[in-house]
Amino acid sequence: MPQSATANILTVLDTDFKGIIEEWLGRQVKEGVKRSDLFSDAESRNQNRELLKAFSKGVRDGVTGEDFDFDDNQWDDLRAVLADVSRERVNRGVTPTEMATFVLALKTPLFKRLESLQDVDQGVLIRDVMLVTRLVDAFAIYTNEIFIVEREQIIDRQRQEMLELSTPVVELWDRVLTLPLIGTLDSARAQEVMENLLQTILERQAEVVIMDITGVGTVDTQVAQHLLRAAAAVRLMGAECIISGISPMIAQTMVQLGIDVGTVSTRSSIRTALSDALLTVGYVIKKTEDQ
Amino acid sequence: MPLPSYDAFDERDLGAQVLLSQFKLNTSGDAVTVRQAVARYMKEHGASALTVTRFATAVSEIARNAIVHAGGGEFSIYVDPGRKQLSVVCWDKGPGIEDIELALSDGYTSGGGLGRGLGGAKRLAKKFEIRTAVGGGTSVLMSVNL
Amino acid sequence: MAGVTSINLVEHALLVSIQDDITDTEILELQDRLSTKISENRIDGVILDISALEIVDTFVGRVIAQLAGISRLLAADTYVVGMRPTVAVTLVELGMYLPEIRTALSLTHALAQLRRV
Repeated sequence: MPQSATANILTVLDTDFKGIIEEWLGRQVKEGVKRSDLFSDAESRNQNRELLKAFSKGVRDGVTGEDFDFDDNQWDDLRAVLADVSRERVNRGVTPTEMATFVLALKTPLFKRLESLQDVDQGVLIRDVMLVTRLVDAFAIYTNEIFIVEREQIIDRQRQEMLELSTPVVELWDRVLTLPLIGTLDSARAQEVMENLLQTILERQAEVVIMDITGVGTVDTQVAQHLLRAAAAVRLMGAECIISGISPMIAQTMVQLGIDVGTVSTRSSIRTALSDALLTVGYVIKKTEDQ
Repeated sequence: MPLPSYDAFDERDLGAQVLLSQFKLNTSGDAVTVRQAVARYMKEHGASALTVTRFATAVSEIARNAIVHAGGGEFSIYVDPGRKQLSVVCWDKGPGIEDIELALSDGYTSGGGLGRGLGGAKRLAKKFEIRTAVGGGTSVLMSVNL
Repeated sequence: MAGVTSINLVEHALLVSIQDDITDTEILELQDRLSTKISENRIDGVILDISALEIVDTFVGRVIAQLAGISRLLAADTYVVGMRPTVAVTLVELGMYLPEIRTALSLTHALAQLRRV
């Protein structure tokens, strides 16, 4: 009586579990995706072992006939292990393609062993191979999805850290903050810079913020929009905003583009902006007497 | 009540995502309930304060739309098994939207001066999809990365 | 549950702390109550403390703007204090700059500004 597809696969997995892991590892090395530079042999072997264990469990409990749904709870274990391994790998710099190839390399060891099972005819072998293919492919696709999400999160985190380093909010005087903006502002960066600035206003109880754009290359409509949004947000928090560093060129461009700053104060230099800000918080700069 | 004559969002559109809660949207209090529930889930899953506020605000906008413009509806919250993404589906049994482009553009009003809800929500959510049919109601799906 | 939002009188100013579970209906009622109180007394300002609000959407924003307009007609200034950074960022992203309202860092700041008027 012919064995069911899963029966053959399970037999293969049970009889030569260790062998499959080694051969899988070997294939991963051949495809250049083992990444011995990032993972020790022991770590890689362990990852493979956990994955294969969870995979076996899924095959045993989660396949009906030749159908399976990767989202069923019988596959929870495998999905959980895949998530962990993917996260580990992403964190150390493995690429999505490497990860997918890493997973897909499982096919060959399984195919070889299915082929060498005794008394297996071509039709049965083809059926088994197709099931293994569909299973491992689903495995790889899921991994890819997790990978991509993880990577986006890491990139976000790194960008955040970089932002904090490159756009410091400086407390120039008691209750006066200054934000020297450098380079071009993109939407994502602008938002995060804004949140950091507003948080600082709250913490330092700042009454005036000087946003200096001397270091910003071009002021086009988009940059102006980010600036005005930031100024509006500062005002909503209860502080005053002065935009300084408006060169004659920038002033001309802004007028030509029809940008209306509304009620936001603007100054050409930080110097005048600072003296205005100090006045607001109750200070006047006075020259000391000459000797 | 006639069946919606369009393919409203349901489990099939959410793939592996798991249903966390479901709410009925009838009174203005329900809008508060759902946005607070979403905020709570997001915080439990480690989302930053800014991410929470932005998405919960979007939730507030679409929930209000369902209550005020459509006579009520239902709201569901889903999360993916990896707990990295949260989605919501807001379904209403209202008159549907004739011109989606117009509804999503800023300054859209439909009497009652309650415009800009959908456009704002779309800007704040990472993923925003809307399906509607005149006479058949509206269904909105939004997602955010946690 | 917020219950009824309380309105306090401090130096010719009405002070309201808005709770984070306030519904649309409740905020419209609040707008009503405030308008009435402003007209019944000598009120120079209305101070809305929104520090409890994690979410301020376009509806709440509009109601606040309307309240500012109403108060202005009744010769009072409306101040919003305690706005959270995340709320400010979100509002400006939605295009709500609320030019009708005055803002202050805190209740103390708002009262100081009112005294100067």
